[in-house]
Order: sequence, then structure tokens, then C-alpha cells
Amino acid sequence: MKNWVVKILALSMVLVLFVGCSGSEDSSQGANDNASNDTQAQTDADSSESTGDTSEGNTEGSVYFLNFKPEIEEVWQKIAKEYTESTGVDVKVVTAAAGTYEQTLRSEIAKNDAPTLFQINGPVGYESWKGYTQDLSDTDLYSWLLDKSLVVTGEDGGAYGIPYVVEGYGIIYNDAIMDQYFASASKSTSYNSMDEINNFQALQAVVEDMTAIKDELGIQGVFASTSFSTGEDWRWQTHLANLPIYYEFKDKGVGDAAEIDLTYGQEYKNIFDLYINNSITKPTLLSAKTVNDSMAEFALGQVAMVQNGNWGWGQINGVDGNVVAEEDVKFLPIYTGVEGEENQGLCTGTENFFSINSQAPEADQQASIEFIEWLFSSEEGKNYVTNEFGFIAPFNTFGDDETPTDPLAKEVLRYMADDSLTSVSWNFTAFPSQQFKDILGYSLLDYAQGTGDWNGVEAAFVDGWKDEKAATAQ
Amino acid sequence: MQKTIKRYFFVFVFPTLLAFIVVFIVPFLMGIYLSFTEFTTVTDSTWVGLDNYVKVFQDPTFVRAMGFTGAFTLVSVISINLLAFSIALLLTRGIRGTNIFRTVFFMPNLIGGIVLGYIWQLILNGVLYKFDRTLTFAPEYGFWGLVILMNWQMIGYMMVIYIAGIQNIPGELNEAAKIDGASRWQILKNVTIPMVMPSFTISLFLTLTNSFKLFDQNLALTGGAPAAKTEMLALNIYNTFYGRTGWEGVGQAKAVIFFIIVAVIALTQLNMSRKREVQH
Repeated sequence: MKNWVVKILALSMVLVLFVGCSGSEDSSQGANDNASNDTQAQTDADSSESTGDTSEGNTEGSVYFLNFKPEIEEVWQKIAKEYTESTGVDVKVVTAAAGTYEQTLRSEIAKNDAPTLFQINGPVGYESWKGYTQDLSDTDLYSWLLDKSLVVTGEDGGAYGIPYVVEGYGIIYNDAIMDQYFASASKSTSYNSMDEINNFQALQAVVEDMTAIKDELGIQGVFASTSFSTGEDWRWQTHLANLPIYYEFKDKGVGDAAEIDLTYGQEYKNIFDLYINNSITKPTLLSAKTVNDSMAEFALGQVAMVQNGNWGWGQINGVDGNVVAEEDVKFLPIYTGVEGEENQGLCTGTENFFSINSQAPEADQQASIEFIEWLFSSEEGKNYVTNEFGFIAPFNTFGDDETPTDPLAKEVLRYMADDSLTSVSWNFTAFPSQQFKDILGYSLLDYAQGTGDWNGVEAAFVDGWKDEKAATAQ
Repeated sequence: MQKTIKRYFFVFVFPTLLAFIVVFIVPFLMGIYLSFTEFTTVTDSTWVGLDNYVKVFQDPTFVRAMGFTGAFTLVSVISINLLAFSIALLLTRGIRGTNIFRTVFFMPNLIGGIVLGYIWQLILNGVLYKFDRTLTFAPEYGFWGLVILMNWQMIGYMMVIYIAGIQNIPGELNEAAKIDGASRWQILKNVTIPMVMPSFTISLFLTLTNSFKLFDQNLALTGGAPAAKTEMLALNIYNTFYGRTGWEGVGQAKAVIFFIIVAVIALTQLNMSRKREVQH
């Protein structure tokens, strides 16, 4: 009898011990693994989608598009569904998270079920993907292009990347605040409307005067934060840096160069100084600012100007408590003080080029070409492109009335239609590498914070260009 | 019985062995092979010999990341273990609310690195804003930010290990020391520390390797800013691999070097600490 009780007791103790042990083991295990789990989860999320729905009936080919723009992912999914319903061709769209397109593409394309349709960002992107891009010069899509010089061409003259959108950037300004300034009694310049501001001298005078009376205008600074957080400095090291390169290449009559002189370095400094000295944010705090911060400052009416492109409308419009009226959002070209810049327009071009995976099965390639041709020529497709994507499409299949209606896109079109102005092309697609841009960005931040000087920027620009061009040419 | 087990040895081991080969051995060997090649995707590569390894040492960012990682590891290993051991001593004294304290100190460990990085970024930036600075103004800010974060996260875990070690010391030893008239300091130095040596071994090992391999916290807190000066080795490898076209092989070579460094450090440390453990 006693023996029996002892046995039960012992057994229950052992059980308790086991439960206790396994419990604590679990929790410590979990904690230890935590660190690695996060990064794992990210990569998993990227790759898991692709393993899901693969097409079964492959007789007529299927389409797998790796999308670059997360903000329009839902529209792509809708298009894919509609296209599959009407034609029976499977279309799969996977979106890479912002800033991870290259690495997602790299891992996706190694799979059996690789993307058949992807995009490259210009000549530099073509360099790294040329083993995978198909010559598209025989396609209808190519023949529809309004400006064939925009195409990414290979050494053999083939068309390996077809632009599918035209974008423009400049200085976005809030017309309501500008009107308030022009009407103000305390202003000390003689300018009375934005039409008179057509060069750097005028821009500088107005901006500095606005800073002087910013309290009266109800703003905290003229320009939004010059964002310099990691990965958020592309507006300065890529878009703004395009201007001195554009003018230098124009003078030299070239489209690319192994070395540059930065003849317009002073002009580059002019505009950058203007941005940081009349900013809402102290220069020492810039390293923590993001593009979203800048766009929010503009949307909330805290600043009058921000440098960005027409894609920024979604960001302005999407901010809670947005006080900027649609009709007040306007573009001004980026004036830097170059001779004759009164005729300068916005910077227009693209870094979105479609490429077809040349290593995908023939049928899939054909299906992909048909899919994008449908998108840019059929009524349904064009409707998606202009109204849901808000793209200005560079194809002659689009009529004059088939253009997006958001204020910034309309401004881009207005500038492009103005024959007296010359658009600045996107020469930054020839910038040597991301490394070059990053190092230029670091030097700009150092200069802005006061931890470096302008010589550092010039060195990063000129030497960095030479070194990286040489490194990537190998 | 023994014989039967031996006969079915392969059947029992095979599934695990297969998994081990597929998810560890194969990628590992492929990784080493790829470090000698130039490639865009892992299935499409060309042999370039030692080129990648030459490039690694010509790359100033790698050397700088190595220095930064070394300094960070040194500082955080010392501070984490010192603080964790002190707290463990305090919380084995039988103070009221010991359990609550232990739980509270352990909790940071349950939060993921990325989340933790962003939270600390907000906190530290909030404080630094008062002085017109940000965490990414200069590398020193990021360095100490990382040290604080790492301490906050790891102390609780190490504390638990030390508490377990201290509680395992037989009570007689302490009593005997007390009867012999040993002071508190003498007990700590001659009884407690030698007796918890195994805990030191494991704690030092964990903090050393974790600090050296730190990635998510680094990515989330500073992302290497400013100018990649707060980039640690793991982040540097990641950025080389994904950030530079044509440098995938170099990133891979860096990863192989990184593996060797971590292995050497960890094994040396383990051996050294083992020798100091008291056998009983």
C-alpha cells in the first residue's frame, strides 16, 4: 500500500520535472534564436510567394513578372487576374520589397520557375543582367516607342530594355505659400510671380527672403529636410548630381565618360547650399531624415518646397492631415546657376525598363511580350496604366487624352509640351555604380553637417567616378 | 540488443544525416566554391581563383569593419559579463521580489533584434535631438548606441546563466568559508568565482560570438551610417554581396574569412576557459 503511494508520488514528480524543464528550455531557445529569426523571416517572405502558385498547363506559356514598385502592387495583381480571365494565360506577379529588387531578382532568377519579365534600371543594370536579357527590337512594343533613344541598347545595337514610363523631377512647390509671399508687405525682392523665377539668382533671392519672413508665412523653413538617412539620400547623390553631369556631357557632346572634370561643381554646390541653409531641419540632424519625412513636411504645409519627382504625389496625397490643395502643387525646374538656364525644363527620363528573360522557355517569353503589349495597347490595359498606375507612357498607342490626371504628372506634361524649354535628360543612368552614389552621399552629408568640406564632395565625385568606372569596366 | 541497434544504425541516422547534408554541408561547400568564382546567380559562375580574396583585403571598408567589430566585441563582452554577474550576485541574496527582478531583466531577450534596433534608435535619437545631434552624426554615437543596446539585450540572458551557476554552489562551501573567517570579498574571489567557471565559459562564448556576428541590431540601429563607419562585419558582407554589382564573389570570400575568424576566436576562448574550470 505504502509502496504504491510512493510510486505515484515519484511518478508525478518526474512528470512535473519534465514539464518544467521543457518549458524553460523552450523559452530560452526562442530567445536565443530571436536575433537570427528576423532576418530569416525577411528573406523567407520574399521567396515564399514564388513557390506557391505555379502554372500547370504550360503549353502556351505563362508570365512571371517581378515588380519593382511596391506602391502599385495591388493594381498589378488586378491586371494579372483580369488578363488570365480573358486570355487564359497564367500571370504571376511578385513584388520585391522597396530597395531589395536586385537581390530578390538575383535569388528568383536562379530558380527553375524564374521571372520571365523583369526590369532593369538602365545601362548599369543591363551590365549586370546582360546574360538574361532578350533583344526586343522586333517587338511591336519597341515599334510603338515615341523616343527610341530612351531604349537600353547592347553592344550589338539590340534593344534589351524598353522604357515603360516617363518620369520627371524638379522642385515641387506649394503655390498657396508662394502667393502669400508675393502678396506680403514685408518681402524685400521685386518678384511678383513664379513665372519670373527662371534662374538660380531669382530662386536664391526669393528663397532667402522667404526664410527671413518664414514666421509670417507660417512655415518652418523653405525647403523640406535634405534627407540623409541610409538609403534615403538618392535625391542628392543621384537626382541632383545629374544636373552638373548633364551640362558637362552636353558641353563635351558625350553620353558617358570614363573620367569627369565636374566643371559644374560650383553650380552643384550653389543649389545644395541653398537647400541646407534654408531648410526646416538643422544640418546636424539631417542624417536621421528620410524621404517620407520630407514629403510629410511638404504635405503638412510646414515647408514651401521639396525636390522630388512626379511619383511623389502619392506620398503627398497620402499623408494624414495633408493641407496642400491639389491645384497648388506645382513644379519648378532645378536651377543651379548655369548660363542660359532660363530655358531649362524639368529632368525627365526613366529608370524603369522592361526586360524579357532570355533564359526562360520560348513560350513563356512570347507570352510575356504579348502580356505587356496587351497592357500598353488594349483599352483595358491603357486604362490601368494611365488611371491606376498614373504613368505617363512613352508609346504612340496612347492618345492625347490618355494621360494621368494627378497634378504633378500634369505639370511634367506641361513642361514637356513647352517647346521653349529643354528637358534635362537622366544621365544618372550612366553613373558608375551604387557604390559611387553611396560615397558621394556620405561626402555630401559630411559637408552638410560640417564634419567635412566641399573638397571632399568634389573628390568623391571625380575620383569616385574614375575608380568605380574602372572597377566596373573589368 | 546492441547488435540490433547497430544493424539499424543507418536507418535511424539517415533522415537526420540527409537533412544535415542538404541544409548545411551542401550550402557550406557551395559557399566556399563560390568564393573562388564570379557569379550573378549561384547556378551560373566562372572560376577566378584567388581574385576575390585579393579584393577583400584591398577593400578599405572590410578592414574598417573588422576594427569596428573588434572594438565593439571587446567592450560589450566585458561590460555584459561584468554587469550580468553583478546582477546575478544581487539576485541570489534573497532580496524581496527577486523573481520579479529576474523576469524583468530577462524580458529584453525576448524581443527581436530589428524591433529592438528601431526602438533604441527612437530613444537615443530622442535624447540626442536635445543636443542637436543624431545617432548617425558620427561613428562614436553609433558605437556606444550599439554597446548600450547589446548590453540591454544580453545581460538578462547571461544573468540567468550566472544565477544557475551560483545556486549550484553547495551551501557547505560558503558556510565553511564563513566559519574560517573569510570576508565577503574572499568568499567571492576564492569560492564563488571558481565554482561558477563553467557559467563563465558559456557566457563568454555566447557574448563573444553573438557580438562578433551581430547583424540585425546593427542594421536597424544605424544601418552602417554615417558613411558605413558603423558597419560591422556581417553587415559589410551583406552590403558587399547585395549592394555591389559584380562583387558577389568578393562578398562570398568575405563570408568565408568571417567564418574562419569566428571559428578560431570561439575555439580559442572555449579552450582557455575550459582549463580554468574546477573539476568536482
